[in-house]
Amino acid sequence: MTKELLKGNVAFAEAAVRYGVQAYFGYPITPQSEALEHLSGRMIDEGRVFLQAESEVAAINMVYGAACAGVRVMASTSGPGFSLMAEGFSYIAGSEVPVVVVNMMRGGPGLGNIQPSQSDYFFMTKSAGHGDFHAIVLAPANVQELIDMMGLAFDLAEKYRTLVFVAGDGALGQMMESAELPPMQPVRTERPDWAVTGNAGRESRVITSLYLDPDQLEELNLHLQRKLAVIKANEIRWQEYQTDDADLLLIAYGTVGRICLSVMREARQQGLKVGLLRPQTLWPFAEARIAELAGRVRGILVAEMSAGQMLEDVERAVKGKVPIRFHGRMGGNMPMVDEILAEVWKLAAEIGIGEQ
Amino acid sequence: MKHEDIIFAGFGGQGVLFAGQLLSYSGIAENLHVTWIPSYGPEMRGGTANCTVILSEEEIGAPIIRHPTIAVVLNLPSMEKYEPLVKPGGLLIVNSSLIPMTTERQDIRTIYVAASDIATELGNPRMANMVILGALIGATHIVSLETVARQLNEHLSQRQRKWLEPNIVALKKGAGIAKG
Repeated sequence: MTKELLKGNVAFAEAAVRYGVQAYFGYPITPQSEALEHLSGRMIDEGRVFLQAESEVAAINMVYGAACAGVRVMASTSGPGFSLMAEGFSYIAGSEVPVVVVNMMRGGPGLGNIQPSQSDYFFMTKSAGHGDFHAIVLAPANVQELIDMMGLAFDLAEKYRTLVFVAGDGALGQMMESAELPPMQPVRTERPDWAVTGNAGRESRVITSLYLDPDQLEELNLHLQRKLAVIKANEIRWQEYQTDDADLLLIAYGTVGRICLSVMREARQQGLKVGLLRPQTLWPFAEARIAELAGRVRGILVAEMSAGQMLEDVERAVKGKVPIRFHGRMGGNMPMVDEILAEVWKLAAEIGIGEQ
Repeated sequence: MKHEDIIFAGFGGQGVLFAGQLLSYSGIAENLHVTWIPSYGPEMRGGTANCTVILSEEEIGAPIIRHPTIAVVLNLPSMEKYEPLVKPGGLLIVNSSLIPMTTERQDIRTIYVAASDIATELGNPRMANMVILGALIGATHIVSLETVARQLNEHLSQRQRKWLEPNIVALKKGAGIAKG
């Protein structure tokens, strides 16, 4: 295989095809509409299902239905459409069916705009719908990682019978980057042993999220919590850059994570020992590792395209051990390297390790 | 280490996005890391269409930059916007056919190319983007002109195929001016 110049939205859509997605349901919304455009041709060519629903509410319920039938299924959308899907997310979580949804975040709240944002962090990691559940949230920072994470997303969704979000943003969706697609993989033909496939010759199976008996519903919830604990124990992912000797630690994910890679390089050139931790899963979150690093570094800077959402998880992990500064941009603005670098220097001055 | 942060800017329709993509394809063909991102965030304001292309030998961090090492400007609003932002020691390439202005900056290298006039002489003013991309290649050798011509052959749409040869001439013409 060779590297190609791939647009983020086309890349994740084609990656899904190659990882064997059997059905896609969606509704166009900027900044991820190229994914639907691509799939509207590719899925039909491959003899699979592509359906543009009348709304995101309809799309997520079609996804729910296909997942109950045991096929590899996904949707993709952005903020406003993601909000519309929330009811379906809760039913999917309660029914324990595997589903992958890509959210290319844009500026909000409301219709907001079509520029990149990370302001759906709370929504995706804490409360994607009513009831006690978490989705696994993957956070790619470049087009290659976006491609790779599509495969991971399907695998995790099916392994744990859970909802997986792939959390990108408008910049990742719209940018083109050198990346390599996986080879075409065969579509899985057998259905899982819990799927509703017609009960000829066997006992009927029921997939539901309705449990009128409180004890039964509590039992389901306890089961879900045990499953989430297993996910938490096994699926936390992150990447570190030059944390070994770091005095200051940058923590950022996705597009801002890669911007902070440039910040780290410039800061090091200017003589500051800066490291970077880039969470690749937002839930579960690398809190233990951050707590450990908080015992070694002298200050932490969190940067996000939000008012400070991941910041709360960092604060919870750090427990006041070292000072934390925050730099956030909102409304679809992306932080530039120099503005984050200025914050790094402010933090350095605050803890007395250098003056610019 | 080879690393360039490049901004292409002009009016919509001047082919700045395609020029950036062609350079990106060429970078990949020469095993560089590449990002291409169209107008996004604060840099989109001001009546210009633009894209940022980063070519590097190492993993690319920020896909957007405030201070490009190279700015390629095809119209006056782009000149006014990006001329002051070019990194000291960087390169500014100006479409002098449409930009009646010179820079006073001594800390950057500036190349003036009458790209729109040259393209018109070659038969189509819309090839100004190739003239100016040729100038960029001639001045920096960030990728080879042969690679760019090959990638053009691969990525020019069916509808535009008849313009392949004239576009290659346009690239070469631009490269010659930048060298001279």
